[in-house]
Amino acid sequence: MQTILRLFLVKNAGDLARLGVILALAGLILFGALRYDNFLSPYNILSFLRYNSMFALIALGMAFVIMTGGIDLSVGGTAAMASVVAALLSPYHWAAGLVCGMAAGLAVGALNGFIITRMRIQPFIATLATMLAAYGTGLLLADNQSVSVSYDSGFTVIGQDDFLGFPIPAWIALAAYVLGWLVLEKLPIGRHILAIGDGEATAGLMGLKVERALAGVYLASGTLAGLAGVTLASQFGAGQPTEGVGWELFAIASVVVGGTLLSGGSGSIGATLAGALLLAMVFNILNFENGLGWISLSAYWQSVIRGSFLLVVVVLQAKLMARHRST
Amino acid sequence: MTTIETPAPQPSGALSSGNRLLTLASRYGTFVAFLALILFNVAVTPNFLSLQTLNVNLTQVATIVIVATGMTLVIATGGIDLSVGSLMAIAGALAPMIFMGQFFPVESMALAVALAFLLPVVVAALFGLFNGFLVTRFSIQPIIATLVLFIAGRGIAQVMTNGNLQVFKNEGFQFIALGRIAGIPAQVVLMIVIGAAAWAMIRYTVIGRQIIAVGGNEKAAHLTGIPVKRVKLFVYMISGALAGVAGLIVVARNSASDANLVGLGMELDAIAAVAVGGTLLSGGRANIVGTVLGAFVIQLVRYTLLANGVPDAAALIVKAGLIVTAVFIQQRAGRH
Amino acid sequence: MLLSMQGISKAFAGVPALKTASLDVEAAEVMALVGQNGAGKSTLIKILTGVYRRDEGSITFDGRDVDFSMPAMAQAAGIATIYQEINLAPQRSVAENIYLSREPKRFGMIDHGAMRRGAEAVLKTFNLTIDVDRPVAHFDAATRQMVAIARAVTQNARLVIMDEPTSSLDEREVAILFETIRTLKRSGVAVIFIGHRLDELYEICDRVTIMRDGQTVAKSPMADMPKMALVRHMLGKELAAFQAMAPEADAPMRPVRLELDKAGAGVRVRDVSLAVREGEISGLAGLLGSGRTETARLIFGADRMERGAIRMQGQDRSFREPADAIADGIGLVSEDRKIDGIVPDMSIRENMTLALLPKLKKAGIVDRARQDEIVTRYIRALGVKCASPDQPIKELSGGNQQKVLLARWLATDPRVLIVDEPTRGIDIGAKSEILKLLRNLADEGLSVLMISSELEELLAAADRVTVLSDGMSVATLPRKDLSETALLAAMAHQEAHQEE
Repeated sequence: MQTILRLFLVKNAGDLARLGVILALAGLILFGALRYDNFLSPYNILSFLRYNSMFALIALGMAFVIMTGGIDLSVGGTAAMASVVAALLSPYHWAAGLVCGMAAGLAVGALNGFIITRMRIQPFIATLATMLAAYGTGLLLADNQSVSVSYDSGFTVIGQDDFLGFPIPAWIALAAYVLGWLVLEKLPIGRHILAIGDGEATAGLMGLKVERALAGVYLASGTLAGLAGVTLASQFGAGQPTEGVGWELFAIASVVVGGTLLSGGSGSIGATLAGALLLAMVFNILNFENGLGWISLSAYWQSVIRGSFLLVVVVLQAKLMARHRST
Repeated sequence: MTTIETPAPQPSGALSSGNRLLTLASRYGTFVAFLALILFNVAVTPNFLSLQTLNVNLTQVATIVIVATGMTLVIATGGIDLSVGSLMAIAGALAPMIFMGQFFPVESMALAVALAFLLPVVVAALFGLFNGFLVTRFSIQPIIATLVLFIAGRGIAQVMTNGNLQVFKNEGFQFIALGRIAGIPAQVVLMIVIGAAAWAMIRYTVIGRQIIAVGGNEKAAHLTGIPVKRVKLFVYMISGALAGVAGLIVVARNSASDANLVGLGMELDAIAAVAVGGTLLSGGRANIVGTVLGAFVIQLVRYTLLANGVPDAAALIVKAGLIVTAVFIQQRAGRH
Repeated sequence: MLLSMQGISKAFAGVPALKTASLDVEAAEVMALVGQNGAGKSTLIKILTGVYRRDEGSITFDGRDVDFSMPAMAQAAGIATIYQEINLAPQRSVAENIYLSREPKRFGMIDHGAMRRGAEAVLKTFNLTIDVDRPVAHFDAATRQMVAIARAVTQNARLVIMDEPTSSLDEREVAILFETIRTLKRSGVAVIFIGHRLDELYEICDRVTIMRDGQTVAKSPMADMPKMALVRHMLGKELAAFQAMAPEADAPMRPVRLELDKAGAGVRVRDVSLAVREGEISGLAGLLGSGRTETARLIFGADRMERGAIRMQGQDRSFREPADAIADGIGLVSEDRKIDGIVPDMSIRENMTLALLPKLKKAGIVDRARQDEIVTRYIRALGVKCASPDQPIKELSGGNQQKVLLARWLATDPRVLIVDEPTRGIDIGAKSEILKLLRNLADEGLSVLMISSELEELLAAADRVTVLSDGMSVATLPRKDLSETALLAAMAHQEAHQEE
């Protein structure tokens, strides 16, 4: 263990952690491909991508938030509320559903940004509260039941149709990740976000607009959660006010498994995607394994496994940080 | 700019009226809110002043108070425990399995029931200890450290029960939720005992004072020889154990254990009770009486809204507003 | 004249921090700014850089009157500050740190190529060739400092302020830093160098400005200011006040209770040997940054000792935690009351008995009667002025807080008490009270190790004084050899006195 760890430590710890998640993903795919007949079948691949795109969207927003050293627990509730809003407005026009769903997410993000930067409440408490509020609003709007979307306006195309042979949600997620990568790697604001996560006080002394950047990441996270909600409503044909429970944890786990430090200041868009896919694939493989019939691991194992993943990664990170501090 | 802290050279003694208002609000706000809720209900809600209403509210608030008591101790050291709901689910899943003989044949029901009380609480305490271990050994932020069991804990409970609802009828075990001691519901008695014990511990015992000192100034506490790590392990363990107790009450009350639902969202209620009750989330204080009051306020808000036909969903929004307002007032007032 | 600050005054809540202080810096010179803690150096710098606003006085920079209201304005005008803790984003690359908030852009996107080339070019002027794509955290403190300087240079800074830049550097790194400073000088940039290590000041600085008690007490070319005079200016003197309580000069030599033998840890404590005897006050002197507080923390087990030995009454000890040292009868009243001492929201009673708590319990419960008895006794014995023992300690004055913290340890009946700057921030009356108290305790048999930067205190109260310089114990002066001159000489490290 110690030697493996040391191997990790010789070079850039963050990079190697990120390399690790990509290797693990590749290994898992290889494992699945060799073990199960239909693992690489177009059907499995496409439905895997279609279903998991919304989680990938949420993980992307969470990655930016965590890079600043914050956390956004409201994404699940926001997605649920946005799915309701989108479903309610889908009869008017498909675009109305899309835009208003995203706007609902943006509104929650704006509220988070306000509570965190203006009222100076810790992100974790602020977003915990807005999570409640978002669920409450969604339930109120939906009158406590799921809301069917309109099948006439073309709204369901967003979640259910393909484009160039790939599911549209996958295209949306891909576009979001490319955009996210551009922002993080190529635009000054991306570097500023990382610098803020490295130390807010220092970033301020270096002349960065800290509050604006912080508000920005919560806005982005909320909007992406809104988009995930739109996808959800479109894909399953209904706005679902009680969906989204535990999504924030999936997103946090994806980001952390993707090598982003929870203390902020470091992170990678590609590895976040890999982290989200990795966690989703654990579930997929579990299904296949059960299909073989040799063992019967219930779906409930997934949260145990996710929790274990998180545990291992967090402990590794803590060790890296301790090492980092002592040098 | 958020960053440059000038040591605000304010003339001391001249608190602005806004600050004085905040201080007042932080000190008496919860109590006033509590009284206002009661008065409002007396005036508006039909049959509010009945024994049944009292019973309903007391039994529902009991589990919040018990969990929030543990949470208060954790928060007093400057930490947080997100795993309480999941630990409730684990304890709630374990207990019926024990007296229904799924682990070992039940020879004496009395013994089985005793074990069904004891073992789940011990297991939950051990999980709490695990949280503390992550926090002290690896210096992982408490939010993240307890997030692990928040995710995995419910999964463990679901795996143990295979996600099935366990329905049971066991008078001995269910005494904890359905029984009465001197006419008072057993869980209410338990709530009072636990609350009082925690209050007395904070006030009178060495470990209690050490908890406050660790949260008040960890460096100074360390330099006075206080075993900071052990103190932290202790509070997480207690929080876990109390979550376990609350889990037992919930399943006993329902005559059924559903690992998917037991304790769901409890961490929020508990944190909200602590925040509304006036304990600073940054640590160094533990206002148990406030926490109890906070739990009552949260329960009463929910009850008031429900009893007056406001949907449960709106209660969530009100709760969110309550949390933000309470934390905001505490933080602002705490700066002076 | 590049910078001229004249007649600067500033008061916080009515308490003056600066009284008509002044500072002049020429272009292309290195100005040393020295003074003890609280002398007003940092307040003066913060007024210059726009963190604070001045109450009175004038500042001209580059021929114009200026009045910066926030740090960004000073930066824009060409004044860069490099703080002790080096304000960089540690996980970002060297190039990013140099250009953060002013990134070179092409089509709205960061031009990484231009940024990299620019960073390499500016670092090259300091003879530094490093991989500018690696995170700053991967480099040693000296390199990080040079990155911060490079950032200042690319901002076209005319004046670079360095706050204790060498405090965490080893000798080799200091040499590199000084080379960089010389390069800056050659390009016409002025440097204000805040520091305490005399040898370094003499090596790199052209002139020196000395501050004490919020005033500028001396300005001189470095070469015209002998070390002794510099230290004397820094410390000042008010000796008369305490003379009365000086112990007998020819007291018999008592057995050693606590001994530190060639102890070391990190770069702050290199090689410290000292002895604290029974019933004596042993002083520990040295300039700021000489490793006094770090030595105390080492003895107390708050930091790990890496080299050397610690002995209690002749027996080797190793304290892994403060609790171990406390169990062995050691107490530490730390230098910074707010950070390391008081638990602000707790009452006087509780703060006083915090270390004693484990001994105060009966079946886990605090024995309130005994606690009250002890608290009442010490409040009376030490003359703590308070409304009641239940008053939160944060409401007390500094002197009374200090008495409570002293009582915290006295209540544990220690054999050795370490007091770090026991009279810092305390008014003059309370000062002599606390010194008298320490004297009485020593007379009753307690061993006291007193860290102080005030010579008059040491001269008045100590039986012997060990002098630290740059992390090393350079002299131990017994009572009969104690004099202001001897102490100053040892602190300036001109000649090493040795006991016997």
